[in-house]
Amino acid sequence: MPLIQFREALNQAMCEEMQRDPEVFLIGEEVAEYDGAYKVSRGMLAKFGPQRVVDMPISECGFAGLGLGAALVGLRPIVEFMTFSFSLVALDQLLNNAPKIRYMSGGQFKLPIVFRGISGPGRQLAATHAWSVDALCTHVPGLKVVAPSCPYDAKGLLKTAIRDDDPVVFLESESMYTLRQEVPEQEYLLPFGQADIKRPGGDCTVVAWGQSCVIALEAAEQLHRENGLEVEVVDLRTLRPLDLSRIIQSVRRTGYCVTVEEGYPTCSVGAEIAALVQEKCFDDLDHAVVRVASLDVPMPYSKPLQEHVVPDARRVVQAIQQATYFQG
Amino acid sequence: MSTVAEKNQKLEPAVTQMVDWYRQMLVIRQFELRCSQSYQQQKVGGFCHLYMGQEAVAVGSLAALRPSDYVITAYRDHGHAIARGTGLTALFAELYGRATGCSHGKGGSMHFFDRGKNFFGGHAIVGAHIPLAVGMAWAVKYRAEDRVVACFFGDGAMNQGAFHEALNLAGLFKLPIIFVAENNQYGMGTHVDRASAVPDLKLRTGDAYGIDGKDVDGMDCLAVYRMTRAAAEYCRGGNGAIFLEAKTYRYRGHSMSDPQKYRTKEELARYQEHDPIGRLEEQLKARGALDERKIEALRQEVHAAVEAAHHQAEQEPWPQPDDVWKDVYANPFGPYQL
Repeated sequence: MPLIQFREALNQAMCEEMQRDPEVFLIGEEVAEYDGAYKVSRGMLAKFGPQRVVDMPISECGFAGLGLGAALVGLRPIVEFMTFSFSLVALDQLLNNAPKIRYMSGGQFKLPIVFRGISGPGRQLAATHAWSVDALCTHVPGLKVVAPSCPYDAKGLLKTAIRDDDPVVFLESESMYTLRQEVPEQEYLLPFGQADIKRPGGDCTVVAWGQSCVIALEAAEQLHRENGLEVEVVDLRTLRPLDLSRIIQSVRRTGYCVTVEEGYPTCSVGAEIAALVQEKCFDDLDHAVVRVASLDVPMPYSKPLQEHVVPDARRVVQAIQQATYFQG
Repeated sequence: MSTVAEKNQKLEPAVTQMVDWYRQMLVIRQFELRCSQSYQQQKVGGFCHLYMGQEAVAVGSLAALRPSDYVITAYRDHGHAIARGTGLTALFAELYGRATGCSHGKGGSMHFFDRGKNFFGGHAIVGAHIPLAVGMAWAVKYRAEDRVVACFFGDGAMNQGAFHEALNLAGLFKLPIIFVAENNQYGMGTHVDRASAVPDLKLRTGDAYGIDGKDVDGMDCLAVYRMTRAAAEYCRGGNGAIFLEAKTYRYRGHSMSDPQKYRTKEELARYQEHDPIGRLEEQLKARGALDERKIEALRQEVHAAVEAAHHQAEQEPWPQPDDVWKDVYANPFGPYQL
């Protein structure tokens, strides 16, 4: 199997779907002539031409709405936000029009659209540029939210997202774009709402998604190596729909649960999972659910400060040790 | 005959068509009078924005379009839905929150939708639907279809960012879209002069976005028709978008709960002297197509049709509690399940 980068997996998913369906097209800032601000759409302009791979002016509200209008009449747009931090000027389209027009019309319309791009802190971009929008988007019924953690999942999930008839928010991460993994050459799709056990273990359940899954796996490896703890890493893959049954099965087995995410801790996805786990697994838990998230501050610029704010494997290790009463 | 005169001749409607416009305007007026009563009787909830006074804009412009063209508007949407041909019972049923409403009781007054009539709503965040209209026109061009998009909004929407981003995109990509600004002179209670640095709206799109702007007397159905007809031909000819400002006036408040302290009774009376229904009535009398007897018969017929639809809607079934879960997704999945 060829070894490819995360961004190449995304590129392959888009190209395959565009070859399959002429109604799929890609719009966004710098997606065409520049080959993508993060090179996700490299070569696509040459392959599909300027009708289907289209540079947009810096008008996130405008082109997010353009995508939605095209979807209203049946086209299947992929809208790239250079980062979801820039989607905030388009929130009325993203969180109001996208999830609600179908409902408000009594189901007369489908909105087959994918909004994709970077979510989460980059490299020292400071507070307004470092949004993790997972909680914000998952909050809203009518959206589906996908956050892959590896190239294999990214490709299969993006293909599913493009074929889905509902608006999908597809969250990527700058630091993941260069992750490499072997990905099959034959076509495959991954379903929504099915979490994946990225690492099995019986001592503690760690629930993660996207980039947070990468650090959860680092922490699990470290604890295995250093402490002989066997941590089970449940990669949610999609936040909406949420595979709660997979989480519950794992927590019932391990008796412990830790959530890991890059976003703010208050009203976060981890907070939601903690609430659901205590509702469903109260008698199975031997410790309160422990949540790892960014510190509850706007993202600072300075490198050591950002590193202090954003969760890393060290903090996940500490959280697991706390959750399992581990005595070094 | 010169080509210009020939072209103008081609744009002229048949008198029977104009009588139909007259009837449509009567229906809209009567629908909203009943709507106003029903609101006061608390049969209609939420916000309700009446269109009375502006009927010539929806009727005249939509008469100039084809059933295959796409139409989208803001929250003052009753007139557009009626002019587009949505059944009155479905509209009343929507106002009354019934399962058989045009949006299945999920939208209400501000969110009428009718996919079968290519009527795309009914949108209540000011200006938020204008980028959608651009996307619909994008799809028309992408698929090389022979359609235009008509996008209606008020003067208030023209100071929203979404409007400007949308106009730039429409101009940039030369999309087949008719922007119809219904300038009723007030964004809620704020006069256009107090809201717009350039209150002459037709001037605001040409230099800025390469979209020609024209204005028309929005109280004159025939003038609106002619202007829209020409605009639609322009768009169908691959020339890109066009902007029409229809100068009009709303007789009622912004919504049902508006004491209207921002304008005088004299100002309202002055506009009502140029009522669009009365205007068309005069034009049709002059053409010998209407007389007092026919007018009275039409009014009675329209009154009966509106009352029948209202009574029928009151008998329509309420949605069931389980219906709240319907139509959140096209590929549905339940709430969190074990």
